[in-house]
Amino acid sequence: MTKKMDWKQFLINYGIICVLGILVLYTGIMRPKFFTLRNLQSIALNVAPRFIIAVGVSGCLITKGTDLSAGRAVGLAACVAGTLLQKADYSGRFELTKNLPAYGIWWVLVVLLISMAICAIFGLINGIVISYLNVPAFIGTLGMQLMVYGICLVYTDATPIGGYRDDYTYVATGRFLGIPFLFWIALIVGLIMWFLYNMTPHGKYMYAIGGNEQAAEVSGVNVKKTKIIIYVMAGVLYALAGFLLGAKAGGTSVNMGQGYELEAIAACTIGGVSVNGGVGRVSGVLIGVLVFELLKSAMQFLGIETNYQYIVQGIVIIVSIALDIRKYIAKK
Amino acid sequence: MAEYRLEMENVSKSFPGVKALDGVHLKVRPGTVHALMGENGAGKSTLMKCLFGIYKMDTGSIKIDGMETTIENPDDALHKGLAMVHQELQPIPERSIAENMYLGRYPKKKIGPFAMVDHKTMNEESEKWLKDVKMNFDPKAKLGTLSIGQMQSVEIAKAVSQSAQIVILDEPTSSLTDNEVEALFRIIRDLKSRGVAMIYISHKMAEIRQIADDITIMRDGTYVGSWEVKDISDDEIVRQMVGRELTNVYPPKEDYRTDEVVLEVQNLSSIHERSFQNCSFKLRKGEILGFGGLVGAQRTEIMEAIFGMRGIASGDVLVKGKKVNIRRPKDAIAEGIGMITEDRRGTGILGCLSIADNVSISSLNQYLEANVMLNHKKIEQLVQENVGKLSIKTPSSKTLIQSLSGGNQQKVIIARWLANNPDVLIMDEPTRGIDVGAKYEIYQIMIELARQGKSIIMISSEMPELLGMSHRIIVMCNGKITGDLEGEEATQEKIMSFATQFGN
Repeated sequence: MTKKMDWKQFLINYGIICVLGILVLYTGIMRPKFFTLRNLQSIALNVAPRFIIAVGVSGCLITKGTDLSAGRAVGLAACVAGTLLQKADYSGRFELTKNLPAYGIWWVLVVLLISMAICAIFGLINGIVISYLNVPAFIGTLGMQLMVYGICLVYTDATPIGGYRDDYTYVATGRFLGIPFLFWIALIVGLIMWFLYNMTPHGKYMYAIGGNEQAAEVSGVNVKKTKIIIYVMAGVLYALAGFLLGAKAGGTSVNMGQGYELEAIAACTIGGVSVNGGVGRVSGVLIGVLVFELLKSAMQFLGIETNYQYIVQGIVIIVSIALDIRKYIAKK
Repeated sequence: MAEYRLEMENVSKSFPGVKALDGVHLKVRPGTVHALMGENGAGKSTLMKCLFGIYKMDTGSIKIDGMETTIENPDDALHKGLAMVHQELQPIPERSIAENMYLGRYPKKKIGPFAMVDHKTMNEESEKWLKDVKMNFDPKAKLGTLSIGQMQSVEIAKAVSQSAQIVILDEPTSSLTDNEVEALFRIIRDLKSRGVAMIYISHKMAEIRQIADDITIMRDGTYVGSWEVKDISDDEIVRQMVGRELTNVYPPKEDYRTDEVVLEVQNLSSIHERSFQNCSFKLRKGEILGFGGLVGAQRTEIMEAIFGMRGIASGDVLVKGKKVNIRRPKDAIAEGIGMITEDRRGTGILGCLSIADNVSISSLNQYLEANVMLNHKKIEQLVQENVGKLSIKTPSSKTLIQSLSGGNQQKVIIARWLANNPDVLIMDEPTRGIDVGAKYEIYQIMIELARQGKSIIMISSEMPELLGMSHRIIVMCNGKITGDLEGEEATQEKIMSFATQFGN
């Protein structure tokens, strides 16, 4: 291999991270406030829930699937949690739940579990549709995206939800050892997923299915079961992220989570999860989410209009996946 | 008019490490059917690919009607009057017959500046050509509504419409019913009377007798000879096809067989009519059982069915005398069966994973701690043990399997199954695409396994391998078991004659 080829490989592997890194540095120089502790902390607080979503999607991507229902599931979870955790004396209480008594602090945890259970059911349906009905993940989860959005609209009647109990918003504002709860939760999720991916048969099966589904089947891997577990777990993670995002924002609406699945897929790809399956690490997902959030913040600091930000994000998504495909072609 | 419509002379073609064709001749007279025969891998397909410009010949010449010519690519071949009716048709079933016939050369008409497909002309022309080969189909009907035999007739009509003077028929009757074969032969005779020269690739003796005028036999990429069909007997054809010297390149083995039957298959039939039907056999402990036959004999299909990869319509599989219900590979593994598939890339290796992952994937449950966590140390130990035992050449167990040579990849797959400690190991073409040294090592592993009391089923399309390795050989033809030979009594000729027992 020549030196020139090495450069090409390097650019394919890390090109997008380099370009975005330069953009971040440029922003830091042009706008000194970018690199203040305050801003970095706010970026980090955005990273935490996005990471939880992305790590959920990563399992789908590693098995050559995808999950386009992620964003809407996040929205539904936020709405379910929001409607169940409003202040008793809040004037604009949600119709269906306004007579709910003011339960103790344990109710926050119960609501989290309820949201998780609901999203787990949608994940289960995704998994069954993909593995038993053999519907391509792209189409199956696209349908689910619409369904979940519709269900969310029916449930909330498109009314915004606010007036949360203090113990719910405290989940986002509270700190342990000086570090926000959100960090701790994301850290624990990351550790659990790392353990699952690297230390359990489930993780090995997941990589094997992504590497060569038929060979995995011949080797005795229960492909259907493994895929279903992945989609159910993804659903649980979306619910957790939606719950946290609701607490962080102090309110929610049906539009919560819109487009998050694309950001998550982009972040995964930037972080080295291959859409061709079989490759991807939890640490890579974290880096991908970090880079993507830095990009968003940098654009805000540079004063780029929101509308243009969408265009840039779209380009980043396409370029990152195009580069990922290059890696695969190069191996052929 | 030249004596021969097509002359291929002294054609040679090498691929890295293997000489696929070595000085082959083929001369076809106009208005005749010329049978091209030879075992699997004799080089028939390679020769045809050279003729169509898919491969470039290293040496050799092609003459059409006595004029020397070169053929650059399949399109060029078409312009020079060559057409091929493929063994596996590749039509577009959801489009009309006419569209399939004119695929890529649609008649056009101009409407203003736009060139449009002229459907009227296309349909009329198609109908005319179909009538020409005595086929009465509606050219607007979907191709998918026809039977395979009828589709083949469409292919031939297509060839005729392109005014092909040389038509290659590659095992055209392999999936036809008797009536369809009759219809096909009628078309062939018709083409003959018009002076079209045809190359007919087939293993079926009866058909050759019925339809072919001349015959050319190939063996291991070399030219054996050409005869007029009336001058050569069936026995002589078989002898010429297999008549190689057997050299002893197989490790010594003994008879390790006991009377215990570990696997028994009773009247097994596929869910597909044209696949294996009513097959029964027994596998004994310590036995290496070879499965011989031509490509398409359904050997792979029956093994994959036993392993739970394909559907079974009826029949039983017994493991150690107990009837088992295997629906997925997982079930077969639980019964102590392992399977090394024919398609290493497609269903064997996990390309982007490490050797360690590839070896351990089907035995992970053995390395669990507290029922959840994998003990990587134990896995590494297993991998190292096997890397040593099977002498897998690799820098480390973390190396990606796709960077290994074919032989080492195969050994990794063998290691995967050894980790499971199966009683029965099915090996489908275990040495395909593997260099000589690694082949010998794999033979040694197989014999060692048999010595330890494991049973092996080996499907092989290489006659010498079959004879050199098997304690017993079962021969299949067209989905049926046609022969069962003890190792000592088996000869190339016997196997070949069982393998061509099409029963008509």
